[in-house]
Amino acid sequence: MTVTDPHAPALRLEGVRKVYPMADGEVVALERADLTVDRGEIVALVGPSGSGKTTLCSIAGGILRASGGTIVVGGDDISGYSPKQLTAFRRRAVGFVFQTVNLVPFLTARENLLVVDEIGARTGAPARARADQLLEELGLADRAKNLPSQLSGGQRQRVAIGRALMNDPTLVLFDEPTSALDSKLGRQVMELIRSEMTARGIAAIVVTHDERITAFADRTVHISDGVLDA
Amino acid sequence: MKIALRELRRRPGRFATATVILTLIALLLLFLGGLLDGLIRNSTGAVRAQQGGVVVSSAASQSSFLRSRIDPDLRARVAAAPGVEEVGGLGIVQLGARVPGNGPRDLADVALFGVEIAPRGVPNVPDTGEVWADRILEADGVRVGTELLLGPARSPVVVVGFVEDTNYLGQAGLWGSPATWRSVVAANRPAEIVADGVFQSLVVRGSGSPVDLAAAVDAATGGATLSLTIADTANAIPGVAEQRGTFNQIIGVTVAIAIVVIALFFALLTVERVALYGVLKAIGARSRTIFAGLVVQAIVVTVIASTVATVVVLLLDAAIPPGSIPVTITVPRIVSSVLSLLVAAVAGSAFSLRRVLRVDPASAIGSSS
Repeated sequence: MTVTDPHAPALRLEGVRKVYPMADGEVVALERADLTVDRGEIVALVGPSGSGKTTLCSIAGGILRASGGTIVVGGDDISGYSPKQLTAFRRRAVGFVFQTVNLVPFLTARENLLVVDEIGARTGAPARARADQLLEELGLADRAKNLPSQLSGGQRQRVAIGRALMNDPTLVLFDEPTSALDSKLGRQVMELIRSEMTARGIAAIVVTHDERITAFADRTVHISDGVLDA
Repeated sequence: MKIALRELRRRPGRFATATVILTLIALLLLFLGGLLDGLIRNSTGAVRAQQGGVVVSSAASQSSFLRSRIDPDLRARVAAAPGVEEVGGLGIVQLGARVPGNGPRDLADVALFGVEIAPRGVPNVPDTGEVWADRILEADGVRVGTELLLGPARSPVVVVGFVEDTNYLGQAGLWGSPATWRSVVAANRPAEIVADGVFQSLVVRGSGSPVDLAAAVDAATGGATLSLTIADTANAIPGVAEQRGTFNQIIGVTVAIAIVVIALFFALLTVERVALYGVLKAIGARSRTIFAGLVVQAIVVTVIASTVATVVVLLLDAAIPPGSIPVTITVPRIVSSVLSLLVAAVAGSAFSLRRVLRVDPASAIGSSS
């Protein structure tokens, strides 16, 4: 059941665990993680490869189900959600920007934003208006009809951000958003993320192993061997 | 679904191979179907043209016109059966016909029928020595007024008109009076002469359903007759059921090949798209939405292939000279072939369902971790 509380934190994790059963025991990917992200707050989640940051991010975004603990996104307790409910939840409440951008290659920039509507509510005209507005705000209005292959790396990243904002999410999860970009472009993208999230009051978790990114976050959380360093 | 259609429109090259292969399969399917219909039509036209509900043969004949004999006494019992309104005798003899102007060995295969009830397309039973001919004989140079010489005795008959779709076992139908038939049989097949009043079969008209009428006739004759509906009589012609069975098996195998082609193509396409499907699932796409897109693509590719194949096969049908290859392209055959391929498209793409279901949305995130 959906419970939307405008005053609730964007994300609240309490004692969240993720273990993978193996033939000779189990592997703990995340150990009793507690984390609260306020609305409009940008948190950098920093850790080396295999530290559990992707697992945490996936659980917060409703992609993975936790083995235990409580996950509340915008007042919506998703801890006991079925895979079907999680799919609807992701469509409704979370935005994702992936490491390799992952735009649909045969769709234009505008159509890539409208994918979110086409796989979900199919509101039609309101969705088209929102896509146009987002492209305008992201400085891509004149690129709306371009395919991803006709855009630069930074423009593709902006389209991906626009797609993540299409459903007006409570929380946006950025998975290594600058890893495929050079340092100058990476800085520009982080400035864009910062300004867009702050302007809209949307919370964001930026997963990275690059400490330089932390300068653009309100708070940095380190993770190592599945344990959050408060 | 819009996404799937846009991919088809913007990346047609990706689907070109599957479309070409499916077009060839559709072409084969339509051609095989047309050949089957043509062969069946060529074998059964004479029976289907009968203007009655039931064809009655003697019980021992196993519904073969050649073996069957109906004497006047048996005919009277048939005529007295409940529901019977009219009975007409029917006899047949298969011969070669010499056409004026053609070479001495260039015989046209004909089946001369002597009938008391004129078949569909023939206004009245013609006078003795005259026949209505199946229009297929026009390809042999036969015209209205042509005198054909039948069999080794060269029995003359004059063509007084043409009729459509009345062939028997691939031989052009000739429709004459019982007297014409008797005289031609007497001159060319003395061993098959039957007494006056005896026919090989009877065409029966009556009230009620043909099945009930056939049962009533057989009951009235005490089992001395074997009565079949027109459709059953056509199917009982030697070779018809075998042709239909053989061709339907080949058509079935062709549809199975279409399923395999579609299944393999979309399985490969799905493997290529696992990353894309992972992203779509991560942002909230349901598996059924993704799978529906696949099915839509398979259906569109199949419709395009079927349309191209239909046009090609219609052009082929128009180009094939009458009397050469017995291909008959009909709307029901086109519709049934296209429907078979559409079912194959859905069934073939369904093989990718499991793979779509197994795509993990988590694959979209943390790919380098």
